[in-house]
Amino acid sequence: MITNKKPRSSDTDSIYMRDDRTEMSEDDDRSPSPNSITHDSSPTRTYTTGSGPGTGPGSSSVPEYLAPCPDQVLENVLENVLWFLTSRKDRNAASLVCRSWYRVEALTRSDLFIGNCYAVSPKRATSRFTRIRSVTLKGRPRFADFNLMPPNWGAHLAPWVSAMALTYPWLEKVHLKRMSVTDDDLALLAESFSGFKELVLVCCDGFGTSGLAIVASRCRQLKVLDLIESEVSDDDVDWISYFPDTGTCLESLIFDCVECPIDFDALERLVANSPSLKKLRLNRHVSMGQLHRLMVQAPRLTHLGTGSFSPSEDVAQGEQGPDYVSAFAGCKSIVCLSGFREIIPDYLPAINPVCANLTSLNLSYANVSAEHLKPIISNCHKLQIFWVLDSICDEGLQAVAATCKELRELRVFPFEAREDIEGPVSEVGLQAVSEGCRKLQSILYFCQRMTNAAVVAMSKNCPDLVVFRLCIMGRHRPDHVTGEPMDEGFGAIVMNCKKLTRLAVSGLLTDRAFAYIGKYGKIVRTLSVAFAGDSDMGLKYVLEGCPRLQKLEIRDSPFGDAALLSGLHHYYNMRFLWMSACNLSNQGCQQIAQALPRLVVEVIKHEDNLDMDENVDTLYMYRSLEGPRDDVPRFVSIL
Amino acid sequence: MEFERDLHLDATELRLGLPGTATKQSSEKQKPNSNLAKSNKRSLPDMNEESEGSSRENSRTVSSNEKKSHDQETAPPIKAQVVGWPPIRSYRKNCLQAKKLEAEAAGLYVKVSMDGAPYLRKIDLKVYKGYPELLKALEEMFKFKAGKYSEREGYNGSEHVPTYEDKDGDWMLVGDVPWDMFISSCKRLRIMKESEARGLGCAV
Repeated sequence: MITNKKPRSSDTDSIYMRDDRTEMSEDDDRSPSPNSITHDSSPTRTYTTGSGPGTGPGSSSVPEYLAPCPDQVLENVLENVLWFLTSRKDRNAASLVCRSWYRVEALTRSDLFIGNCYAVSPKRATSRFTRIRSVTLKGRPRFADFNLMPPNWGAHLAPWVSAMALTYPWLEKVHLKRMSVTDDDLALLAESFSGFKELVLVCCDGFGTSGLAIVASRCRQLKVLDLIESEVSDDDVDWISYFPDTGTCLESLIFDCVECPIDFDALERLVANSPSLKKLRLNRHVSMGQLHRLMVQAPRLTHLGTGSFSPSEDVAQGEQGPDYVSAFAGCKSIVCLSGFREIIPDYLPAINPVCANLTSLNLSYANVSAEHLKPIISNCHKLQIFWVLDSICDEGLQAVAATCKELRELRVFPFEAREDIEGPVSEVGLQAVSEGCRKLQSILYFCQRMTNAAVVAMSKNCPDLVVFRLCIMGRHRPDHVTGEPMDEGFGAIVMNCKKLTRLAVSGLLTDRAFAYIGKYGKIVRTLSVAFAGDSDMGLKYVLEGCPRLQKLEIRDSPFGDAALLSGLHHYYNMRFLWMSACNLSNQGCQQIAQALPRLVVEVIKHEDNLDMDENVDTLYMYRSLEGPRDDVPRFVSIL
Repeated sequence: MEFERDLHLDATELRLGLPGTATKQSSEKQKPNSNLAKSNKRSLPDMNEESEGSSRENSRTVSSNEKKSHDQETAPPIKAQVVGWPPIRSYRKNCLQAKKLEAEAAGLYVKVSMDGAPYLRKIDLKVYKGYPELLKALEEMFKFKAGKYSEREGYNGSEHVPTYEDKDGDWMLVGDVPWDMFISSCKRLRIMKESEARGLGCAV
C-alpha cells in the first residue's frame, strides 16, 4: 500500500492543485555563484513501498503478497517512475495530473523548496510531503538586506523546525536564506535529526557561536556546515573545538562571515581529523602563517577561503616568511579561491601555482589595483566566476577580458559605495568585458558612469546573458557621453538577450525603458527597479507585458495605485511584489487586498513613523495559502 | 548649514592635488609605469614648467582635472546619502568600511628605518601637519640632518635622504608629492644614504 491516509475532500484537493505553485515556486536564481544555494535534488534513496524491489528505510509494513488491484499496480509503477523526477517544475506538473499522481508525487518527493516561508504553513507542508530529506526555506525579501526594512520583521525558523522535528526524523539537509534562526532552533535541529548532514545558512541572523557549538558536537554525520554572509553573534564559545576529536565526516566548512576569533589549534586539529574535507573557507582572524599550516595539512582541498591573507605580526625586516608559493603549489586540486580579507597585495602572487586551474576567484574583499591583478589574472584561462572590487579599474577589467575567455559570471563591487565620487570603473570596462568574455551569463556591475553604447554592445556581444544587473550608483544619472536616459541600453538588453531572466536597472530611466521591458522581456522572472520611471505607465508596461514575472522589487519610483491595480491579473502568479517609497496609498493597497483574498498585503511602516497616514511607505505582498501570519510585528499591518 | 557634511565638500572641492584623492585608485590609474615620470608626480598648478618626461602625464592630468570640473558643473547637485543606496549588503559595507576607518581613525602608522641603524621605528603620520614637522621629527628620532629640500635637486648637502615607498612599490623622495597624497600613499619610510638615493627625484 502506498498511502494510508484518508482521501481528502475534493475541495481541499483542488486548492492544493490549483495553488500548487505557491508552495513550490519554480523560480530559482540560476546564476552560478560561490554563494548560491545549490539545490541538490538527486534521488539518493529508495522510497518504493509495498511491492517494489529494494525497499528502503521508511517503507510501510504492509505485506507484499496481497494481490494488488489494477489501480495499485499503476500507482506502484508510477511511484517507481516519479521517483526519478528531480526537477521541481516537473514534479509540480506531475502532481497536477490527477489525484493519484498528486498523492504519489507527494510521497516520492525528497526535496522541499519553499521560496517564501509565509506562503505555506509548516503544518500544511509537512502533512502533504511526508518523506522529505532536504528542506530549502527563504524568508525575508531581498531589499531587507539594504536596511529598507526594520529588524524583527519575521521569517522565523522556529515553527518550521518544530514541525519538522515531529514529521521528518530522517531529515538530512536544511538550506536557509534570509531567515531568523536562534540558538534554540539550532539545538532542536541538532537533537531531532540523527542523520543530519548538511546545514547551509545564507544571509541569516539571530544565532551565535553557542548554537554552532551545539551543531558541531551533536550532528555526528555532519558533512556540510556553510555560513555565508550571515551574522553570527559572539557568545564567547569556542565552537570549533566542539567538533568531535575522534574525527568528522566534514566535506565543507565555510565560516568566512563569522566575525569572532577562533582557536586556531582547535581548527588545525579539526582539519587534521577531517579526511574528507574539500571546502574550507576561513574567516579573517586566520593569518597567512596559520593558513599555510592548514594548507599543508589539507592538500586535497578544492575550495579555499584564505582568511585574512596577511601576516599576523609584521615580519621583521629581512626575515623570510613561510613559503606560500609552494603551499599553493602543493594544493593541486584547488579550483575555487576566495577570502583575501585583509590582503597585503604583495602576497597575491603566491596564488600563482593554482591560477591555471581556477574556475572561481573571489577578490571582492581585496583592495588590489590593476597592477597587482594583471600578473595573476593573465594565468587564469579557465576562470568562470570572478568577483572583484572596482579598485582594479577599467584597466584591470581589460586584463580580465583579455584572458578569461570562459568567464560566465562577473561581479564588480564598489570599494567606496558612494554616489558623489569619480569612480574607477566605467563603460570602458564593461565594453572590454563584453568583447572579451563572449560566454558571459551573469553580470553585476557597480559604476559611477555608463553609456548606452556600452550596454548595447554587451547585449550584442553576450547573447547568453541570463542575469544583467547594472548599478549606476549616482541616482538618475544619464548616459554621461550623450546626456540621454539609459533607456536604449536596457532596451537592447531585453531585446537581444533572449535568455534573460533577471534584470536590475539603474540610471536615468523614463517610461520608455519599461515599455521595452514589457515588450521584449517575455521570460524575465526577477526585476529590480530603483529611482526610475516617469509615471504609472512604467509599471503598467511591466505588469501587462511580462507573463513570467515572479519577483518584482521597486523603490523610490513614481508608481501609484493605478499602476498597482493594473497587475491584478498577475499577482497570484508571482512570489512577491515589493514597493517602497513609491506613490501608493492605503486605499489602493486595500483594493488589492479585497480583490485577491489569497494575497497577503503587508504595509510596513518605518519605525519612527507609526501613524496611519494615507501614504504607504512600503508595500510587501505575496501569495499565501495561510492568510495573515500570526507573528506580525507592530510596524506591519496586514490589509 | 546642516547639510554641509552631507555634501562631501572635500570630495568635490577643486584643489591643488591630482584629481580624485578620495578615490585613490583613479589617481593611480593615471600614472604611467616609469620611474622617471613617477618621480615627477607633482600637483598640477605647481607645474608651471614642463619638466621633461612628464609632459604626457601632465596633459593627462590636466585634461582629467578639467573634465572633473566640467562634470561638476553639469552633474546633478550632490545628494545626501540615501538609506540602502547603493544596494550593498551591510556585511560587505562594514568589512570595507572597517578597513578604511582603521586606517583613518587609528592613525597612519608607518615603519621608519634608517640605513645603518639597528632598530626600526614606527610613527603616526596623522600627527604631523606637513613636511617640515615630519622631517624635524625624523631628524630628532634618528639624529641626522636631512639638509635643505628643493624640487629640482632633492635634499642638498646631507648624508642622509628621507625616502618612502608608495602604494605601487616605488621608492620616492619625501616631499615630492603634496602632503595629502603622501599620507594616503606612503607605506613606509626609509632614510637612505645619500649615495643610494641618487636617481630618485632627479629631473633628468
